[in-house]
Amino acid sequence: MGWMGDTVDSIKSIQIRQLLAQGVSLGMIVTSALIIWKALMCFTGSESPVVVVLSGSMEPGFKRGDILFLHMSNDPIRTGEIVVFNVDGREIPIVHRVIKVHERQETGDVEVLTKGDNNYGDDRLLYAQGQLWLQRHHIMGRAVGFLPYVGWVTIIMTEKPIIKYILIGALGLLVITSKD
Amino acid sequence: MHSFGFRANAVLTFGITILAFICAMASVSDNFNSPRPSAEIQILNINWFQKQHGNDEEILSLKLAVSLDLNVDVGGWHEVNMPDRRLCKVWDVVPICLFSPIDVTAVMASLTMNITADLQSLFTWNTKQVFVFIAAEYETPKNALNQVSLWDAIIPAKEHAKFWVQTANKYRFVDQGNNLRGKHFNLTLHWHVMPKTGKMFANKLVIPGYRLPEEYR
Repeated sequence: MGWMGDTVDSIKSIQIRQLLAQGVSLGMIVTSALIIWKALMCFTGSESPVVVVLSGSMEPGFKRGDILFLHMSNDPIRTGEIVVFNVDGREIPIVHRVIKVHERQETGDVEVLTKGDNNYGDDRLLYAQGQLWLQRHHIMGRAVGFLPYVGWVTIIMTEKPIIKYILIGALGLLVITSKD
Repeated sequence: MHSFGFRANAVLTFGITILAFICAMASVSDNFNSPRPSAEIQILNINWFQKQHGNDEEILSLKLAVSLDLNVDVGGWHEVNMPDRRLCKVWDVVPICLFSPIDVTAVMASLTMNITADLQSLFTWNTKQVFVFIAAEYETPKNALNQVSLWDAIIPAKEHAKFWVQTANKYRFVDQGNNLRGKHFNLTLHWHVMPKTGKMFANKLVIPGYRLPEEYR
């Protein structure tokens, strides 16, 4: 009958509106997280402003699971700085300390050797075949700050991806079933 | 409004916010510390100073033998003969092979140093350790600045921060060319304060006036 059709229609339309509103607020949350991340990248000048320590080569200073805040400026690279660098052919960046610097006279180009505090030898064994020094373009940033233990979340999610799926599934469920 | 989920969420968010705030405050408190460290470095003896002729293989094998100190009992090193007859060592599954020979000469020096330092004022309640190292700084015609780290140590606590050490250089004092004869250099004591949370600080103390001998020996 007429009035039943009307109420069904009105119920349907309310639900669609609510759904759309929820979708938009979810989108806002995701995009604002992305904005914050990109702003951090811009502010620190580094491709990856926050990294998680994965190995024990800098113990006892940095343990596995710690988070490092990076900053990259045009200041010259000097010994003692803790740098994060990418070696050609390795996808995971490495966090080690600079122990040798050779800076050219006119160009200001630097050649740098690094070593992990907890390693016996320097990093030449980790560099690409035939590479003896790191150049500036290999270096992603200098570590300026540090937070312990927070990185375990990322390590667990990377090593056991099932936990990532469970978490996202649970979050999705929460969003759908909540009334506002 | 008073469901378990809602309350758990509120407690967790509040807890994490407070934790983050405390970490930030701990880091800020480090700025109030004004350190007055002091140090003295004396070179007792230049043990040897020589030009090492060799091919890259020889130098790297020296370095490899040192860095893979076979007295250290670390499981996981196996020797492997590659098809092109290079000798390689394999750590787990990563082979580390000596490079093919290229002619290279390197000049290196070995010194014995007497290091006295008092770094106690660098420690605050938010300090986890202080990494201290000595670098030799010098200039060559090709390079505006060369910094070579000679020795480093980790100071885990305030009690160990006042020390006297007599040691040979831990790392090779080696130059990219052969410019070290009679070279004037500075010895700089660098320290790097690593906190329990927050911002890391580094600074240095430059002690100028050292010189390598004119002739190799």
